[in-house]
Amino acid sequence: MTYSRGLLVAVLSLLPTMGQAYELSDWDSVTAAARGQTVYWNAWGGDPRTNAYIDWVAEQVDQRYGIDLEHVKVGDTGEAVTRVLAEKAADNEDRGAVDLIWLNGENFAAMKENDLLYGPWAERLPNFSLTAPEQNPEVREDFTLPVEGYEAPWGRAQLTFYYDSGRVDAPPRSIPALLDWAKANPGRFTYPQPPAFLGTTFLKQALLALTEQREALYAPVGEADFEAVTAPLWDYLDRLHPYLWREGERFPSGGPQMRQLMGDGALSLAFTFTPTAPAAGVLDYQLPPTTRSYILDGGTLGNVHFVAIPFNAQHKAGALTIANFLLSPEAQARKQDLALWGDATVLDMSRLSPDQREAFTRDGRAAESLPPPSLGKTLREPHPSWIEPLEQAWRQRYGAQ
Amino acid sequence: MTSAVAYRLVVGVLPWLTIALLSVPVAAGTLGALAPAFGWLPVLGGEHLTLVPWRQLFAVPGLADMARLSLVTGLASTALSLVLVVLFLGSFLGTPLYRRIQRWLSPLLAVPHAAAAIGLAFLLTPSGWVVRGFSPWLSGWAYPPDYAFPGDAWGLSLILGLIIKEVPFLLLMSLAALVQCQAGERLRVARSLGYRPLTAFLKGVMPGLYPLLRLPVYAVIAFATSTVDVAMILGPTTPSTLAVSVVGWLNDPALSMRFMASAGAMLQLLLTLAALLIWWSLERLVARISRGWCRDGRRHCGERWLGSIAWLAMRTVLGLMMSALAGLALWSVAGYWPFPQFLPWPPTVHNWLNAADDLIAPVWQTLGVALTATLVSVVMVLGALEAETQRRRPMRPWAQRILYLPLLVPSVAFLFGLVMIQAQVGIRPGLGAVIIGHAVFVLPYVFLSLAESYRRLDPRWSHQARSLGAGPWRVFLRVRLPLLLAPILTAAAVGFAVSVGQYLPTILLGAGRVVTVTTEAVSLASGGDRRLTAIYALVQLLLPALGFLLAMRVPRYVFRRRRGLLPGAD
Repeated sequence: MTYSRGLLVAVLSLLPTMGQAYELSDWDSVTAAARGQTVYWNAWGGDPRTNAYIDWVAEQVDQRYGIDLEHVKVGDTGEAVTRVLAEKAADNEDRGAVDLIWLNGENFAAMKENDLLYGPWAERLPNFSLTAPEQNPEVREDFTLPVEGYEAPWGRAQLTFYYDSGRVDAPPRSIPALLDWAKANPGRFTYPQPPAFLGTTFLKQALLALTEQREALYAPVGEADFEAVTAPLWDYLDRLHPYLWREGERFPSGGPQMRQLMGDGALSLAFTFTPTAPAAGVLDYQLPPTTRSYILDGGTLGNVHFVAIPFNAQHKAGALTIANFLLSPEAQARKQDLALWGDATVLDMSRLSPDQREAFTRDGRAAESLPPPSLGKTLREPHPSWIEPLEQAWRQRYGAQ
Repeated sequence: MTSAVAYRLVVGVLPWLTIALLSVPVAAGTLGALAPAFGWLPVLGGEHLTLVPWRQLFAVPGLADMARLSLVTGLASTALSLVLVVLFLGSFLGTPLYRRIQRWLSPLLAVPHAAAAIGLAFLLTPSGWVVRGFSPWLSGWAYPPDYAFPGDAWGLSLILGLIIKEVPFLLLMSLAALVQCQAGERLRVARSLGYRPLTAFLKGVMPGLYPLLRLPVYAVIAFATSTVDVAMILGPTTPSTLAVSVVGWLNDPALSMRFMASAGAMLQLLLTLAALLIWWSLERLVARISRGWCRDGRRHCGERWLGSIAWLAMRTVLGLMMSALAGLALWSVAGYWPFPQFLPWPPTVHNWLNAADDLIAPVWQTLGVALTATLVSVVMVLGALEAETQRRRPMRPWAQRILYLPLLVPSVAFLFGLVMIQAQVGIRPGLGAVIIGHAVFVLPYVFLSLAESYRRLDPRWSHQARSLGAGPWRVFLRVRLPLLLAPILTAAAVGFAVSVGQYLPTILLGAGRVVTVTTEAVSLASGGDRRLTAIYALVQLLLPALGFLLAMRVPRYVFRRRRGLLPGAD
């Protein structure tokens, strides 16, 4: 009696450790450890289409791996970073509340700098090789910062312009042409106020198009003559601002507000970092049915977005399993479907079987009425050290403080 | 005998529990934010005390403007709301208009701040309903005009947004207080002495009424100077109010900004205290100036035009609120709705159908958290107040001040610190933590709503019951509770509404795992979809409205044969 009870206690005390243990080199041990875990995924919750896609992922990983995925909808990824930081301050080393996190480059840099990330693991995911990283180096780089396996690629975005074809016949196809268009259509275009992500992106795009020293942008800012490199940009903005919405005295807070201004009819031309967003906006009644989108002739900025695992995540095995599932051809094809989300895949088609490839060519009902822009040439993001000085210089010149 | 011991025990313990619930989280959280303000945050490499964060803060361009904006909008909106409420009560107490507005009060009060602000912004924005109303047939505008309102640099739209929320709150607080200060009797005496209605109210009732309104007014000032959601929607952006900027710094991806953000949070605390101090001085000034005026024996004071102003202003406030809500309702059924179309045509249920499934879980979570937090708060407040009556003296001043902590310390100032404490103590983020977090905010409002009614309840009722041989439980349950049913239910409805509207504590203490209608609405608002945001805002205001409806109907039902017990009976 006592003996068997002792044995039972011993076995029971072993169970949790057995449930937790896994080796990254042995993928089966990861999925085994993941079974039964509840994974809290902190991801921006502001878009119903994205939320619906994450709901689908939750169903799939429940069926396939017995993982309970909870989407923690955050308004700003910074909230999740704050949480992990507070946990670190409180010496919470392995019971963190955040298991998986959808990151942008800026927050990735902040987390990496403060050692808030678990890893490296991304390149050990079985599906990672499908991205063909040798041919697509952008899956190893977030805002030119090397990823080093601390986050896994999930999708891609590219700066895309859209306009109301009911009002605009020939939208401007380059940054210099944009100035002429704005002069002819005063008050009908604007850009979000830096440091809003999309506003800063516009600055970088304009700078790339206008500067005579483009190469300097790909090295740390300290190695270049900032004034000389950026002079054409300020000259351009000085001439552009009087013709912007509210004469450049005020700027929208970000992409969503700019889309709302398009929907209200205040603007005729706008841009987004999600190529399929204009088509989606029409389907959701947010944009005029006559909305069309395009990419500038010389190409536009584009990058890859990622998922990461905080250093103290309580359910790492579950998070790893989900990150791998997100990279599966099935999940990526569904995500790219314009009727569902329309986020471009990070997989390299050459690594897929013909059957798998076929799934990517299907497109939903939106595609028929509103062809998405054929993604043009992608320009690389400048070195991240340029962001802060650019935003600062902008604030000094135009920030109505 | 044993039950009397149990009573004494419960009544002895609950006040201390109340004080602990209010003070521990706020004090710990504030310390958690105070330390980084002076450079102490070891995880970020801050290991010695320094004034650098403050120097950084004072170097922020426009800081003085931010502080001025918070102070001016907070004080101006409170003062205007109070003046409006007083003039209205003085001019229209007991008239049909007063009774009509009284009926609308509860649903109006239930409208969460964010929802009201979103609705108001839609009305007044260049592409909004007002402009659509006369475009293009009158204005000739085929496109929205290009003016900056809401979001004007003076903060006028922000003041307006705060007023339409504060007027109903102060009116409701007055309803209970009017009964307690025996306004009816005072008015009758003054009128019989020949005073015109408004003068009779100002000279006869106000001196007794204001002390009962003081606590709600202070809460309004503290809220108005540190609001985040209303200021984000209606306030200017260049610069924004201090509280909005502090939240921005707190969420900045550059973690080193947290030091400066903490200093900013402390500055917000000082700013709110300064606003209260200014108000307090004004109170003294007004009291001194009006002392002579109250006694000069003049029977009227520009009744007619003051009354007209009150009438017009009250109509405007209510009209704006109603139109704002109508705008929300329209957006929730709108397809593509281009400018300058006045109505969305054809309307569609598509938005609601799409949202229906996703609404179920947040609604249940909202109800669960709000009901529990309210119940906990009501029990504690009753315990604390009952302890007062037992000891026959009001709460000591220091305990009174603790009550105000969560209302006076801006929530941005202590929530970051609270999350650190939470993790350190090992409390799991989730429903439990969120409920406690909500109770910290709900409890003071319940106390504020209930305290004066409770304290002014005639003790002779209890004495009589005791002399007839009733034990303490029996006196409490059979005499005091029924006599106070109406104010208790009103206080519970206020608490419920406060809980429903909470965003920051829900998201931080729940680690985002607790999804309420409000957290959904705010995260959707960042996506810029007016239709879905409108749906969540409507649901968000529907829940507290139900609470207020119950708070009004239940006493009427219970006291259907004892009308003298109903609020407003005079």
